[in-house]
Amino acid sequence: MKTSLSALLPGQSGTVTNVGGAAGIRHRLLEMGLTVGTAVQLIRTAPFGGPIELELRGYRLSMRRTEAEHILVEGR
Amino acid sequence: MSPEAVAATSTRTIALVGNPNSGKSTIFNHLTRLNASVGNYQGVTVEQRTGRIAGSDIQITDLPGIYSLSAVSPDEVIARSVILGLQPDAEKPDAVLVVLDAASLERNLYLATQILELGLPVLVALNMVDVAMRREREVDIDALSERLGVPVVATNARNGDGIEALRAALIAFDGADQAGNAKRPWPLPEKIEAEIQTVSRAFEETGIVDKDAADGAALVWLTDYLTGAPTARVACEDFLAPLPSKVGAAVKAAAQRVFDAFEEPASVIIEARYAWISQQAQGLVRSLTKEKPRRTVTDRVDSVLTHRLWGLGVLSLVLAAVFYSIFALADPLMGLIESAQGALAGWVTGLMPEGTLQSLVVDGIINGVGSVLIFLPQICILFLFLSILEDSGYMARAAFMMDRLMGRVGLHGRSFIPLLSSFACAIPGIMATRTIENPRDRLTTILIAPLMSCSARLPVYIIVIGAVFGSNALLKAGILFGMYALGTIAALVFGLLFKKTLLRGPRPAFLMELPPYRKPKISNCLLAMWERSRLFVTEAGTTIFVACIVIWALSYFPQFDQQDMTPAQAAAFEAIPASDADARANFLNAQQQDYSLLGRMGHAIEPAIAPLGFDWRLGTGILSSFAAREVFVGTMGITFSLGEVDETSDALRDQLATAKWPDGRPLLTPLVGISLMVFYVFACQCISTLAVVRRETGTWRWPIFLFVYMTVTAYLASLAIYQIGRAAGWA
Repeated sequence: MKTSLSALLPGQSGTVTNVGGAAGIRHRLLEMGLTVGTAVQLIRTAPFGGPIELELRGYRLSMRRTEAEHILVEGR
Repeated sequence: MSPEAVAATSTRTIALVGNPNSGKSTIFNHLTRLNASVGNYQGVTVEQRTGRIAGSDIQITDLPGIYSLSAVSPDEVIARSVILGLQPDAEKPDAVLVVLDAASLERNLYLATQILELGLPVLVALNMVDVAMRREREVDIDALSERLGVPVVATNARNGDGIEALRAALIAFDGADQAGNAKRPWPLPEKIEAEIQTVSRAFEETGIVDKDAADGAALVWLTDYLTGAPTARVACEDFLAPLPSKVGAAVKAAAQRVFDAFEEPASVIIEARYAWISQQAQGLVRSLTKEKPRRTVTDRVDSVLTHRLWGLGVLSLVLAAVFYSIFALADPLMGLIESAQGALAGWVTGLMPEGTLQSLVVDGIINGVGSVLIFLPQICILFLFLSILEDSGYMARAAFMMDRLMGRVGLHGRSFIPLLSSFACAIPGIMATRTIENPRDRLTTILIAPLMSCSARLPVYIIVIGAVFGSNALLKAGILFGMYALGTIAALVFGLLFKKTLLRGPRPAFLMELPPYRKPKISNCLLAMWERSRLFVTEAGTTIFVACIVIWALSYFPQFDQQDMTPAQAAAFEAIPASDADARANFLNAQQQDYSLLGRMGHAIEPAIAPLGFDWRLGTGILSSFAAREVFVGTMGITFSLGEVDETSDALRDQLATAKWPDGRPLLTPLVGISLMVFYVFACQCISTLAVVRRETGTWRWPIFLFVYMTVTAYLASLAIYQIGRAAGWA
């Protein structure tokens, strides 16, 4: 089941299948290790629809929902 | 030391590189024993910290924390050009010390492999081994050393474990047997390999980079160019600028061929590197337990601290505590500085004969030094707290929680704390914007921070509200709150405006690592506090000092002579009983202020400020406030022949309440009071702020812009309030 990263609920995991978005942001996402095939888990979301917190490659990364919408994951 | 002398003593230079939050700066502090010099790289706001490794003659440079060598932020551009020896104001390092965070090894290896490919000898400090252990993971140090082909020393910078071993390893390090490291061990598609060779040869033949670095530099350059992001493209063009145009064109043609062959060539390169890293890491990191990892301390703490209810509650409490400390701790210290200044001034006054020199020393120099030092308690305390919050990992959580709110006005979550700090004083607030990665966001925050009503405006609000709004405590509180609200709303509106116009650009990503919570290291925090304070005194302090001398001269010259009194002045003077020497002195001081250049300027601007409801006396107060806002109260005291007073003075309040225009109309009506306070909300009457903005932005352009936009807004807002109010019949 493919969904966007922003649609995951806290505690859910997935595998990245596509990283989209504006060129500069995509470049940075990839460099931070969010490459195709990477396992990610959504840890929590900030209050009032704020950023989300992810775990990947052993560390925690936060990003805005608008950025997460362009990242596709396959549920596990 | 001249370059020859450096060569003669064979001083070695080591660059320290690592991801943000890798503990890199703590390692730097250990190695240099807290003894570093701080400056800025030419023309950018990236900080340059250098020091000597204790017990050796090795110079070590702490480069900014970065995730890769791509040219996304100024930090990365600087780090890359230092390592390649292209930075004009930094020596090319002989070796690189790479700090790796053992707990997130894969992401850290991304940067490390890029650096290895630049051909310099590398030594690795594998830091935070303890954090990795707590997560039941162990890194095989020998295997890591073998796979990277470099020495690896395990450290725990927090408690100093492994630092001595690292120091010894650095001193003994000669970089031998690393000749083959620049060769990339992971493959890329043939078409990309071929073009890397084209670019690499161009770099090598033009001598822009060393032979060993050419392949690695070509790959970094190509990756940047291929992302297609506008900022990266600009950086790529800048890099090619020194090359002959024919070579530059050939390099770009090579990049274009890769572009044509792949749909997303930059992704192909980045993913190939990560694929290799993942493969290596699998054999390196051993899980010590078969079970699913337990919830970490950070997770348990975060379930409260980033909770929608408790999290915001805790954030409010933390900030309230910080502000309370500023008032509870900084206020007495500021009082102490003021009394010390007063005592010194009194002592010098007694020592020196009366005259211009005495006045210059007492009212100019001593006052100028006092005006610089008075900011130190607030800067020290705020920075101590901010570094504790940063060092513990809490600052990233505050930004995480506040990003939504700040995002609405086009800002980053990291802008929240600097803006909030500006309620105490814009100076530490502006200095705290360094944690905002994106230059546009940082500049926007700097430009709007002085709109937050700082503590220097409070005395002005208090005396004016006291003079015109009688005894209705609720009304007075409401008006005071209104002034704070007005400044805050204006800051947000201007922030949005600047982001939409002047500082428009591609929206930066909000990509922020949330590091695990750690016990803050007090020596790090004290050092940060010390460095900030020192930079403020040495760089902004001189501007503030000079401005104080100028203001002194404006109010001292030309001298008013008692002989020159008009008959009316003489009559008024004689009416004061000769026994009341203080009253006579206060009267003469008032005449001096009127007669001085400052007073004349007050008179001169009266036609311009009369439409705002202000007379020349308020004009003089406004002009003197450009040194610092709270000076308004003192100037008004002198103008009304009261001598030195503060905002609690009943006499000044009564004088202001009953002051009249020459035609007998009352001067400070409630409408004029509002107009005056609104002027203070908006106007950039603070030379110290301008000096700090100059220091933080590296140019006079931004402080001038800041001054103009704020002061013009102040004038227009006061004009509108007074004129509309009068038309509505409130005068």
